[in-house]
Amino acid sequence: MIPLLFVTAIIIATIALGIVTTRKAQTASDFFVAGRSVSVFWNASAISGEYLSAASFMGIAGLVMKGGYDALWYPVGYAAGYLFLLLFIAGPLRRFGAYTIPDFAQGRFDSPTFRKIAVTFVLFIGFFYTMPQMKGAGVTMSSILNWPYWAGILVVGSVITFNVALGGMKGITVVQAFQYWAKLFAISVPIFVLLAIFPPHSSTPANDILATSKLPRMTSNKSFAVKGALATPANVIALSDQEREYVLFPEGAILDGVIPGRKMQPGALSASMVLSAGYLEASGQLPPELSGATLVNPAGFPKKGNILIPKNAVLAISPVKSEDGKPNSVKLSFAKPTKIQIYSGDGGHAIAPNAPPQDKWLNPFGPITSKQGFPLLYTYSLIIALVCGTAGLPHILVRFYTNPDGRAAKRTTLWVMVMLGAFYVFTPLWGTLARFNLPDLYANNATDSAVIKLPTIIGNELLGQILSGVTSAGAFAAFMSTFSGLLVSMSGAFAHDIYGKILRPGASDAQRLTAFKGAAIGVGLVSMGLGLLVETFDIATMVGWAFAIGAASYFPLLLLGSWWRGLTKFGAAAGMLLGGFSSLAAIVTSMLLDKKILTMEVAPLLRSLMEQPAIWGVPLSITTMVLVSRATKDQVPADVDIKMLRLHAPEELGYSKDYVN
Amino acid sequence: MRKDAELSLPEARQLAERLMRQQAALGLRVASVFAALLIGLPLLNQFLPELAATKIGGFTLSWFILGVAFYPITWALSFYFVRESDLLEERATLEAALEGKNPGKGETKR
Repeated sequence: MIPLLFVTAIIIATIALGIVTTRKAQTASDFFVAGRSVSVFWNASAISGEYLSAASFMGIAGLVMKGGYDALWYPVGYAAGYLFLLLFIAGPLRRFGAYTIPDFAQGRFDSPTFRKIAVTFVLFIGFFYTMPQMKGAGVTMSSILNWPYWAGILVVGSVITFNVALGGMKGITVVQAFQYWAKLFAISVPIFVLLAIFPPHSSTPANDILATSKLPRMTSNKSFAVKGALATPANVIALSDQEREYVLFPEGAILDGVIPGRKMQPGALSASMVLSAGYLEASGQLPPELSGATLVNPAGFPKKGNILIPKNAVLAISPVKSEDGKPNSVKLSFAKPTKIQIYSGDGGHAIAPNAPPQDKWLNPFGPITSKQGFPLLYTYSLIIALVCGTAGLPHILVRFYTNPDGRAAKRTTLWVMVMLGAFYVFTPLWGTLARFNLPDLYANNATDSAVIKLPTIIGNELLGQILSGVTSAGAFAAFMSTFSGLLVSMSGAFAHDIYGKILRPGASDAQRLTAFKGAAIGVGLVSMGLGLLVETFDIATMVGWAFAIGAASYFPLLLLGSWWRGLTKFGAAAGMLLGGFSSLAAIVTSMLLDKKILTMEVAPLLRSLMEQPAIWGVPLSITTMVLVSRATKDQVPADVDIKMLRLHAPEELGYSKDYVN
Repeated sequence: MRKDAELSLPEARQLAERLMRQQAALGLRVASVFAALLIGLPLLNQFLPELAATKIGGFTLSWFILGVAFYPITWALSFYFVRESDLLEERATLEAALEGKNPGKGETKR
């Protein structure tokens, strides 16, 4: 109940601020880029506020909990991307004086056709980015109010869409700035209380995070819900390989697989030998609390397809070392939702299923990057996506035009990096504390809710509810601000680029505003629909994918467009389309493989490159741009040198101009 | 309004290239430090795992670098870049004024 009050308060504050400031938004220019007169401090707060999305507020904590060290690359990449933006893009882009990347595309090459091509990626990147925001909304509402996942998306999505359709961006500038400070407060203050209650590092080895012997254990033997095949891949329970465990199925179950957790190396025992040679046990003494249950006969495991487990049956699992000397575990894949309980063979609480072992979690190249067996490649590809992708985010770049000049744009970027760093430094602490104090989230495949759930388990219930209210409000601020920014960019692309430039070039201000509002509602609806499909993907990972697509499409366009006079519209378009679409295709295929909608054998190296495409997508895009531009040399605009001056000369020299009036 | 007409194309090209060379050199200098860090840390983790796992307080060295130290490093790099970049631009403005072209009445809002 208390978290709901906090959430309501932040929603009302957001809308009220939006309404108050909207009264001042009169012209179309006000609507699109806030009249272009925002001070460095406010602009930096607003950019940070818009940038810190559900991925930053909830996703990083969840991914650190799930994957450990490797997840730290996400916050670092999210923040460090601004350095590349600062070094090569922020100043020139502001000086060129255009509202959006499509404006830049058209102005730089005098090509309205190229604008139409460029605008498509605002939508692709935008929709990819809205999916995790919608997941954040669904997860938060189901955590604090037990709403179904879809209800949170529907309610939150509608509120934000309504707000954007009313206020445009002028309303949002102040709101976004306010939301940065709300989010910083919400991520930092509760963690100090939690650190005082659960000290992560202490002299006793049992509390030492770094102790490799430490295992995250469930906090009770209560049964927990597991999802069915509809939620693939979140319908899998991977049991620990550390000790003997019993899995009780109080309501029975239909499994579609009992499989070894780790593929066997050639020469080691085969999977079936491992499972039948003692992993799953046919006999043995059940512990007293399971005395009424019946033991499942493991003959014939591993197998796939419908496996019927009767009510009150128990599966007994003992770890054996396979011949390569490493312990192996068992994975249960559920066809239908049901409930299970896990008991440790030693009495006491079981090790949380799905939790990575401590050494994998603590050390680099853990479960996130070594999933396909190419951890170094995966790491570098992720770094490239995040560092280059920041410059390719449509809703962030549009903010740079609200700086009065190029110098202010650079200073704003510097402040953004300080503000983001101050926020991100807290996020891994949440994931770390949740690993040891709330390991039940592993079992539920609900690590993304760590930030909301963790405060509720402290001894003092009232304080816990209040702190959870603070983080819930922060999470709301996070997906509200980012979703608003994306809606503005995407609706702006429709109203300003597609409607105002392509469909009806003579449209009046009033008509463009109407188009903007209609587009906002349409984009909001599509985003909610997409959000419903992605419950099983990690929030931070999805945002990483939006970055990868931006890195392979807009980033090369902006980088080469600002610094290479030889770039032609054909080169830029070819590179952007090839890099952007092949990355998009790779990621979507990879998502479908994860969800088992597509089933085909893909070599692990290829699979790794599909899941993190930036390492080939960015070079592909840049190389294509260079080669095609070379081949179409005669297409370099005649006044390219004037354009380069406009991009790079300080304002005092008088070559800058506002591209759009 | 626009000053484009005041410079011939070759003059514009010369000026643009001079400005870009200066800023690009600065940008690449800062970027190379940053890139060395981004490329180096995974290599440290891969090839010197014992060093990366050295304990510092409640962290390992590698956690400390990536979780904490990275942010101040990027702040220092950006601060350096913004300062140097402003200096370069002030100098370019002065030089242009001395050459008698575009005596600083552009449509700047500063």
